[in-house]
Amino acid sequence: MIATTGTALTPHAYLQARSRWGVIEIAFWLATLLPFFLFPNYLSLASQIAITALFALSLDLILGYAGIVSLGHAAFFGLGAYAAGIFSKFVWGEPLSGLVVAAVVAGVVGYATSFIIARFRHLTLIMITLGLGFLVHELANSAHFITGGADGLQGVRIWPIFNYFRFDLYGYTAYSYSLVVLFLTFLVARRLINSPFGLALRGIRENPNRMPAIGASSRAHIRKIYTISATIAGIAGGLLAQTTETVSLGSIDFQRSADVVVMLVLGGVGKLYGGLLGAIIFMVARDQFSGLNPQFWYFPIGVLLVAVVMFLPGGILGGLSRLLAGIRGRRP
Amino acid sequence: MTAALSTRGLNKRFGSLIVASDIAISLPRGVRYALIGPNGAGKTTLINLMTGMLKPDGGQIFLGDEDITRLEPQHRVQRGLVRTFQINTLFPDLSALESVTLAICERDGIAPTWWRGLSSYGAATDEAFEILKSLNLVNDCYRPTRELAYGQQRLLEIALGLAAKPSVLLLDEPAAGVPKDESQGLFTAIAGLSRDITILFIEHDMDVVFRFASRIIVMVGGRILLEGTPQEIAEDPRVREVYLGSRHG
Amino acid sequence: MGPIVGVLFDGFAYGMLLFLLSVGLSVTLGMMNFVNLAHCAFAMLGGYVTVTLMNQMGWPFFATLPASFLAAAVASIFLERALYRRLYRAGELDQVLLTIGLAFISVAVAAYIFGTIQQPIQTPSYLRGSIQIGGITFGVYRMFLVATGLAVALILVLTLEYTRFGAQVRAAVDNQRMARGLGINVEGAFAITFALGSGLAGLGGSLAIEIVGLDPSFAFIYLVYVLIVVSVGGLGSIGGSFAAAVLIGISDIAGKYYVPQLGAFLIYLVMVAVLMWRPQGLFGKR
Ligand SMILES: Nc1ncnc2c1ncn2[C@@H]1O[C@H](COP(=O)(O)OP(=O)(O)OP(=O)(O)O)[C@@H](O)[C@H]1O
Ligand SMILES: [Mg+2]
Repeated sequence: MIATTGTALTPHAYLQARSRWGVIEIAFWLATLLPFFLFPNYLSLASQIAITALFALSLDLILGYAGIVSLGHAAFFGLGAYAAGIFSKFVWGEPLSGLVVAAVVAGVVGYATSFIIARFRHLTLIMITLGLGFLVHELANSAHFITGGADGLQGVRIWPIFNYFRFDLYGYTAYSYSLVVLFLTFLVARRLINSPFGLALRGIRENPNRMPAIGASSRAHIRKIYTISATIAGIAGGLLAQTTETVSLGSIDFQRSADVVVMLVLGGVGKLYGGLLGAIIFMVARDQFSGLNPQFWYFPIGVLLVAVVMFLPGGILGGLSRLLAGIRGRRP
Repeated sequence: MTAALSTRGLNKRFGSLIVASDIAISLPRGVRYALIGPNGAGKTTLINLMTGMLKPDGGQIFLGDEDITRLEPQHRVQRGLVRTFQINTLFPDLSALESVTLAICERDGIAPTWWRGLSSYGAATDEAFEILKSLNLVNDCYRPTRELAYGQQRLLEIALGLAAKPSVLLLDEPAAGVPKDESQGLFTAIAGLSRDITILFIEHDMDVVFRFASRIIVMVGGRILLEGTPQEIAEDPRVREVYLGSRHG
Repeated sequence: MGPIVGVLFDGFAYGMLLFLLSVGLSVTLGMMNFVNLAHCAFAMLGGYVTVTLMNQMGWPFFATLPASFLAAAVASIFLERALYRRLYRAGELDQVLLTIGLAFISVAVAAYIFGTIQQPIQTPSYLRGSIQIGGITFGVYRMFLVATGLAVALILVLTLEYTRFGAQVRAAVDNQRMARGLGINVEGAFAITFALGSGLAGLGGSLAIEIVGLDPSFAFIYLVYVLIVVSVGGLGSIGGSFAAAVLIGISDIAGKYYVPQLGAFLIYLVMVAVLMWRPQGLFGKR
């Protein structure tokens, strides 16, 4: 991203350069406004993409920055979705407080499970996340009386935002709402990544064995980022419940956990934008092929995964930055 | 005055292999100790035990007056007992500056802060920069660690150790794999470290050991064979025997 | 009294099926730490081989079993050579992604060729029905499963304990560095073990059709069970896989029989509980 040679650079300038907003970044966020003008008929899809991107961002924080491979992250997405849905049904339909409830529920469960997560690594950790994911899924399935089980949660009614912007049929409000929440959360995540804590997370990802030798309590760091990530996943789930006014078991199943890993890997892990990019490509592609038998949809996804692992480490963003570096390097 | 670091009756075995047998050592403040012994003598294991990366089967470890036997490794580091690794254990994708800054943030307890940018902690970065400067690493301090030359990575090992502000620094073969002409420079840097730091280093090259150590501990087969000044060690027949004998083993 | 014995027996038979499906993954994981999430795709392949040979070509059920073993083994050798080999030293994320990608592909291909319906097979008449002992009903097919599972377990233990190849595998599982030091060709031993383990999974896939059916989602649904067995049993341990398979088999059947409202809840609970108590699994060393 930045020129890395030359001793002229002071450490302060170097750090500031690392966290400065780039032109591409600003362009990206401006481009998120394009659907309002170019694809007004697809705003509902755009809203779903923004929500999925937020979910992918939450996974990137633990996978890309702390090296925790989770195959059960949909648990928090689903918890947030059910929390927001049930809250609106039994308390009131005000969306912002509902979103806070979704965040708190997912965050509290995330905090509780983080004590388990922080104890393990490698295959055991993957299995634990998988197992916890299935546990929560089964819980939602069997608590039929409150979640609606396989029939889905019905009767969710969301009031207009600020009692003014009502959720319209075209998804105008839904996309605006999702996009604002995505952007605000992204700002928080971006700040987190450029903080001392973000540096410590990268340390854990790069070499967990060295961390204790520099006096770091990796487990405390992992607990914290896992809780934050769960909270963000819960917000994403809450958004989905509120903008679609229903919650299905699909919001909490293994498929969703696997999909979000695929998107993140496709876009590029540990780059903050990888999940966003991956979510856009994945969701648009799935929308295009929505007529297809869902099991056929696995084929391109599988081929993509194999291809990314074998030929495109770092995903699309990784490939692009290598390409850029190559072009720069060749210049005299 | 109590020793900076001492052990009492440390024992450790891997299955039937005894790698530490009744180890009792005591490092006075400010000395430069060398720990020598043939391959597989248990030197690295002893460092692992003292720093808490391995749990001893029995015995005690004291840092100053405090019994640290049951402390987690990171808590020993926070109290000033710091080590480096024989095999580079670095952060490949972080730059040298970032790595050392991270160690400083951990030391100062600012690593948990996630709502303020790293750039608001200028003092930490400056200090990291100074440490790297003292080890002649500033020219490449913005490059990812994996792009650094091997010798520079060995220096970064030491820089990470220094960043923790150690009172006792355990260096596990700091010059391992470094060509002989470069290793002299490396040890000159080590010798120039503050006298407040008690240092124990493992090293196979006897020239280096005799030049830079004020006292030497010889370890063989998980036991301390003897301890003494360089001269005493040089003259002891048992040491020669061990070193010649080990060639045949 | 009756139902308890019946449930235990059914659970044990189911456990034998899980054992066949998972033992290969356990040993290869113990040797190379390679996280192969496509393992059940090999099992599914075995299942479809049996279905095709029986329904299209009129082969007898028993003749298809070696064929499904071979098909899965050969397919796994091919994939090991072409893809897996390059990722032995990679992180677990890459391994997970590659193999889950392969599992995805297998599901789509199976759906394309065979459709998404359950595949019917006609097991031979002498494997059908049940016999009564002391007032308790034992399904013949399940007895056959138990016998097969026990026989395979016995053969595996004997091979591992008493052959040169077995000794090499044990050394590699125990301590890979040391095994290399002793001049053992760990990659070679691994490739053979991998093929044998996948073959056993293929066999398990064929035997599973009668009990749980076969459709393209098999590669995923049973992957979860297999991973649970492997991690509960401990990597690289045949005895561990056996014990865990029985434990999970019985928990699952008993759970569904006595507390159906909990669904599959019980086995996940068992897994998470075991792993929290012993992260290395019941019989794992690390
Ligand atoms: N985790 C372990 N499990 C089993 N054996 C081990 C382990 N770590 C070390 N050993 C063995 O313990 C003995 C002592 O090892 P150690 O690394 O302490 O030796 P060392 O004196 O540092 O040797 P070198 O000079 O080669 O670094 C060796 O025989 C080694 O093989
Ligand atoms: Mg050593």
